[in-house]
Amino acid sequence: MEPLRTHQGIVCPLNLTNVDTDQIIPKQFLKRIERTGFGQFLFYHWRFDDNGKPRPNFPLNDSKYKNASILVAGKNFGCGSSREHAPWAVQDFGFKVIIAPSYADIFKNNCVKNGILAIQVSEEQVQAIMKKAESEKYTLTVNLEEQIVFDHEGFEIKFEIAPYSKQMLLNGWDEISVTLGNEEKIKQYELTQN
Amino acid sequence: MQTPKTIIQKIWEQHVVHQEEGKPDLLYIDLHLVHEVTSPQAFEGLRMTMRKVRRPDLTFATMDHNVPTRQRLVINDPISKKQIDTLQQNCQEFGVTLADIHHPDNGIVHVIGPELGLTQPGKTIVCGDSHTSTHGAFGALAFGIGTSEVEHVLATQTLWQAPPKTLNVKINGMLGTGVTAKDLILAIIGKFGVQFGTGYVMEYTGEAIRALSMEERMTVCNMSIEAGARAGLITPDETTFEYLRGRRHVPQGEAFDKAVAKWRALATDEGAAYDAVVEIDAAEVEPQVTWGTNPGMCIPITAAVPNPAEKEKPNERDEISRALSYMGLEAGQLISSVKIDHVFIGSCTNSRLSDLRKAAAVVRGRKVSPTVQAIVVPGSYSVKLSAEKEGLDQVFKEAGFEWREAGCSMCLGMNDDIVPAGERCASTSNRNFEGRQGNGARTHLVSPEMAAAAAVAGHFVDVRQFTAQEVG
Repeated sequence: MEPLRTHQGIVCPLNLTNVDTDQIIPKQFLKRIERTGFGQFLFYHWRFDDNGKPRPNFPLNDSKYKNASILVAGKNFGCGSSREHAPWAVQDFGFKVIIAPSYADIFKNNCVKNGILAIQVSEEQVQAIMKKAESEKYTLTVNLEEQIVFDHEGFEIKFEIAPYSKQMLLNGWDEISVTLGNEEKIKQYELTQN
Repeated sequence: MQTPKTIIQKIWEQHVVHQEEGKPDLLYIDLHLVHEVTSPQAFEGLRMTMRKVRRPDLTFATMDHNVPTRQRLVINDPISKKQIDTLQQNCQEFGVTLADIHHPDNGIVHVIGPELGLTQPGKTIVCGDSHTSTHGAFGALAFGIGTSEVEHVLATQTLWQAPPKTLNVKINGMLGTGVTAKDLILAIIGKFGVQFGTGYVMEYTGEAIRALSMEERMTVCNMSIEAGARAGLITPDETTFEYLRGRRHVPQGEAFDKAVAKWRALATDEGAAYDAVVEIDAAEVEPQVTWGTNPGMCIPITAAVPNPAEKEKPNERDEISRALSYMGLEAGQLISSVKIDHVFIGSCTNSRLSDLRKAAAVVRGRKVSPTVQAIVVPGSYSVKLSAEKEGLDQVFKEAGFEWREAGCSMCLGMNDDIVPAGERCASTSNRNFEGRQGNGARTHLVSPEMAAAAAVAGHFVDVRQFTAQEVG
């Protein structure tokens, strides 16, 4: 997994609440057996009409947000299905950071495992960023070490993150290797169960 | 004296392998259920790192999401077939037991786990599927995980998990006649929203829960995730033990009695504190129908679709308008006036034998409305056989339903069971998200009884009055 320390990028606004993983990556695209190549299907039915033409009103189709790498969305982002194809699609499309007032638990976990930083800040802070991003091409910088998000005009907010998630992201650790460092303890536990 | 504990805390403490400051707990996993959609990348990860499955004996696989329900063995979609074949090869290579489509144990993962007795009280159970919460009905701590976590469990039989907050969902009093477990869980989500469970493990308590059968409890726990909770559980009791007695993977004879004694001790202690409590009066719950695009958007069958103009907050108004527009409904319209095109009875929420019996009781001697296409998809091969032994298939077929093979089917339309764009389906499944049953499809979640009644009437109807009528 790629470490993530700081990131600067264009913000793409998605001003919707309860965005479920069925919207992020519709079911017909879950049949691939690889981890890659899902970006082209991200928000498929919101991005494209029934003839496969881009819907002009959807933010991801707006030239202003071309190459955006920070997605800002409403509360309970990523609810529903546990499909990790959702963060794979988000990442494969080019997003490295998501900002929202809250996330579904499984989605948030899945983000950490893939090196995506899911930042949780207040509803008001999200709306402030949303407004900026909706009105202009807006760039934010994220510093994970310091746990801050800021722009070049003096806007700055702090965010909270679980220490373990932070370490995983900063170091890009392979979690299984970390766990296997505790293999003796797993063995001992198994012995007590027999 | 020891501090009183909840069942959630007890199961947690029994499974902690390692604790360390600044880290989540390393939790041991007793049962790992695997299916074809969320596992291929995990097995591939093992291959790339030359790792093995640590405990194939605690891992059990099935194929359910992609399987056809018309002709079980004919998979027309080459990509679906590849995913199914891949699971077969992976299970063979890594030594994992698989109930493939030829196997009599095959079925929806959350139906067969309990059926086979793999699901037991006090176990930690995971699966790369959010409806793993179903198994909580047995007093197990069961939750959905992503594919990276699937790989982690395959390799280590553990997961790093922060101890969850506990939430008591207290159901006071008893459900009224004709009101089901599905109505109860929909009403709970309708009342408290699709996010109130986020960050929590829920324990359902109260007289109405005690009175539910195991299959009804599974319906309730299944939809915990629709309230945001990764897991929801019910303290095991005599109903649980009697369901499990004699099942294949459960201890037998004297060992069973010992297990029961252990399971009994899991019960939440008198006076144990939860991080949060919500309460609902069971007597107030009526048969529910969802009108919108998430499971919290539900109303009683007697009610009208909400009017966004009556909401104060602009984003609430937007949310409702957006949902009404997708669903093709008018603000203020009576839900009972809404005509349907399809009925789907199935899914890990409502496809067990008792669900089929209840739906069959409603349609017996009646006919499906000529404008409705209705299908029944049993949750497993075993459910299908049992239902056929009782003649339920005949009841459904005579009424005009199609009687299908087992699988996830039209709950998410990964096989070819899809609701066409713009058409409306009364569905016993768990998610009414946009496009869930097919691009542009309009899903209304209901109980099996309500789905059966809607199939006959051609529109939503209060099953409490419907069943009281003479068959005409």
